[in-house]
Amino acid sequence: MTLRIATFATAAILGLAVAQPASAQTLREITTRGQLVCGVSQGLAGFSNPDAQGRWTGLDVDVCRAIAAAIFDDPTKVRFVPLSSANRFTALQSREVDLLARNSTWTLSRDTQLGLDFTGINYYDGQAFMARRSLRLSSALELGGASVCIQTGTTTELNAADFFRANNLRFEPVVFATADETIKAYDSGRCDVFTTDASGLYAERLKLSAPNDHMVLPEIISKEPLGPVVRHGDNQFADLVRWVHFAMVTAEEIGVTQANVAAKAAEMRNAEVRRRNPDLARFVGADGTFGEMLGVTNDWAVRIIRHVGNYGESFERNVGERTPLGIRRGLNNLWTKGGLQYSPPIR
Amino acid sequence: MSDVSVRTPAVAWVRTEQAPVLAAPSTLVGPIAWVRTNLLGSIPSTVLTLVCAWLLFLLIPPMWKFLVTSATYTGAERTACLPNPGMCYPYLADNFQFFMYGFYPVIERWRPNFALILGMIGVVGALWPDFRYRGQFALYFLLVFPIIAFVLLYGGALGLAVVPTDQWGGVIVTLVVAVTGIVFSLPLGIALALGRRSKLPVVKFFSITFIEFWRGVPLVTVLFMASVMLPLFVPQAYSPDKLLRALVAVALFASAYMAEVVRGGLQAIPKGQTEGAQALGMPYWQTTAFIILPQALKLVIPGIVNTFIGLFKDTSLVFIVGLVDFLKAVDMSLVNPVWATPWTRYSGYFFASLFYFLCCWGMSLYSRNMEERLATGHKR
Repeated sequence: MTLRIATFATAAILGLAVAQPASAQTLREITTRGQLVCGVSQGLAGFSNPDAQGRWTGLDVDVCRAIAAAIFDDPTKVRFVPLSSANRFTALQSREVDLLARNSTWTLSRDTQLGLDFTGINYYDGQAFMARRSLRLSSALELGGASVCIQTGTTTELNAADFFRANNLRFEPVVFATADETIKAYDSGRCDVFTTDASGLYAERLKLSAPNDHMVLPEIISKEPLGPVVRHGDNQFADLVRWVHFAMVTAEEIGVTQANVAAKAAEMRNAEVRRRNPDLARFVGADGTFGEMLGVTNDWAVRIIRHVGNYGESFERNVGERTPLGIRRGLNNLWTKGGLQYSPPIR
Repeated sequence: MSDVSVRTPAVAWVRTEQAPVLAAPSTLVGPIAWVRTNLLGSIPSTVLTLVCAWLLFLLIPPMWKFLVTSATYTGAERTACLPNPGMCYPYLADNFQFFMYGFYPVIERWRPNFALILGMIGVVGALWPDFRYRGQFALYFLLVFPIIAFVLLYGGALGLAVVPTDQWGGVIVTLVVAVTGIVFSLPLGIALALGRRSKLPVVKFFSITFIEFWRGVPLVTVLFMASVMLPLFVPQAYSPDKLLRALVAVALFASAYMAEVVRGGLQAIPKGQTEGAQALGMPYWQTTAFIILPQALKLVIPGIVNTFIGLFKDTSLVFIVGLVDFLKAVDMSLVNPVWATPWTRYSGYFFASLFYFLCCWGMSLYSRNMEERLATGHKR
């Protein structure tokens, strides 16, 4: 009997010890460590790549910087760990990184089988086609009979086959082993069309000898929603990561930018202004305790925007039309402007 | 007899001075002769010469075009290099710091520079032939310098800010891995080689197992295990630093190869040397240190340097552990949209190959020089 009680007690203690970390450990670990550890790609133009000074930049990098800004009010308190696609999920599971912001596609199997949680979508990617402007194409549906340069052994190959079959079009696949060979073959005129994920198309286009002679066709033929990933079970940290992205989208919706956030926050000290702009008041933390609910301070959103900017600013700075990549907002525009970026209300 | 009065005949002519030395015929010396004997000496050699000339003719003009005439020399971003299908020198200039230091904080970059200077002083002092204080410099380089370099690079002492190893990058990582590997693999390799020839069964067994294990596993696998498996088995808090994992793996790996090289040298020393030393009453360690090893190591200098060069080039595999060495830094800079053009990749890789070539060639030149200086007694 005694033995059984002892066993039970041990089991209960062990159970507690195991259950404990699931609740709120990651955020506490980050604050004690004084640094967020963020898994990024080993170099993907516009999403996470080091610049000539060795500073990480990109759309995914901005997610990490925004989280660091919300926690520490300092976007430099991030350690970036470049991870290959082979070891990215292992690195997250083994607690080597706090989160992944590494152009990972959200799929059901990854969400359920790997002990991970996707917290949102910071870039709606999908497979697209690039063709020479001189062909005067306006849609991928006009590609009947075209030869298509594809990297072999990827889902890209399968998606292209599906697309052409579904639309009853004939096509001639020309396959290569590496991305580099594929783009070079396309550049030399081996095939009419080049296909891969849209973000990749824009990055590869820079490697063409005359980038402006080529255009990306508007059709997106597969769904590749990319977003940050956290470990399964720590819901507090997952919430924080999720709402940091939403805060950046909300800021764009209500017109808060890096330039005007300080002024807007200052205005909210006036009770009258606060009453007239309830959304803004909640956003800057002048009303409610939304930051505390997330485990950070109430001016969390102001910190994010001050250091990183809103979603639109981050997009334009890293991949937008004024950068060499020149990606149009498309699906990543706000829902009010024909895109899919939508934030639940902060209230 | 007496009328041997020597009368100089009026018509006779006697040369009173040396005839002027004529130059050797141009068929025997001079550039033409050199070409005739060395390049066109026989039919096979003539054929080879023609083939080589043809290859050079094929290779050199496009290389010259790529490196010089079509190259871009100035510019601030990709549009400058885009129209010229050649080297993009401004890309190299702009990314040079990244190639050298990786993510090392900009304001702390004097530290690796300083460490490099201190290291160079040690290397030059230790390797300079006939230098009086060579031994002292070698001791400094092997014992004192690693500590100074560690403090300088990592910080955390003497008021230097800590720079975690994941911010190290570029040539810093390449040199740290290579130098650590070289410094540790030679003594470890010698110990293992002696161990393998030892008469003590445990020592012998351990040495053989160690050498065969490390030679039997590819370095990539070792690094991969260290990076992916270790964190799963060991709690994160105790999990060793990534760079340290790579350093240990590379050092152990290189020492296994070094052991076999050294053993080759030991085998070549005749038994009489040991017996002679023993007859003089020298104990094992003295025999080994003063009679056997100096002769054996001299014999295997080419093998040792071969291992060093291999090790230096193998450092580029550490990118598997997520470390950004020189080659990986070049690779990473290629995706930077500021400089992406069709020629960027060629420019980056050309620069990388030049760097590796100069380093390895330098080592090989030094070893050749050393071999010639130490070749006493076995040559005529």
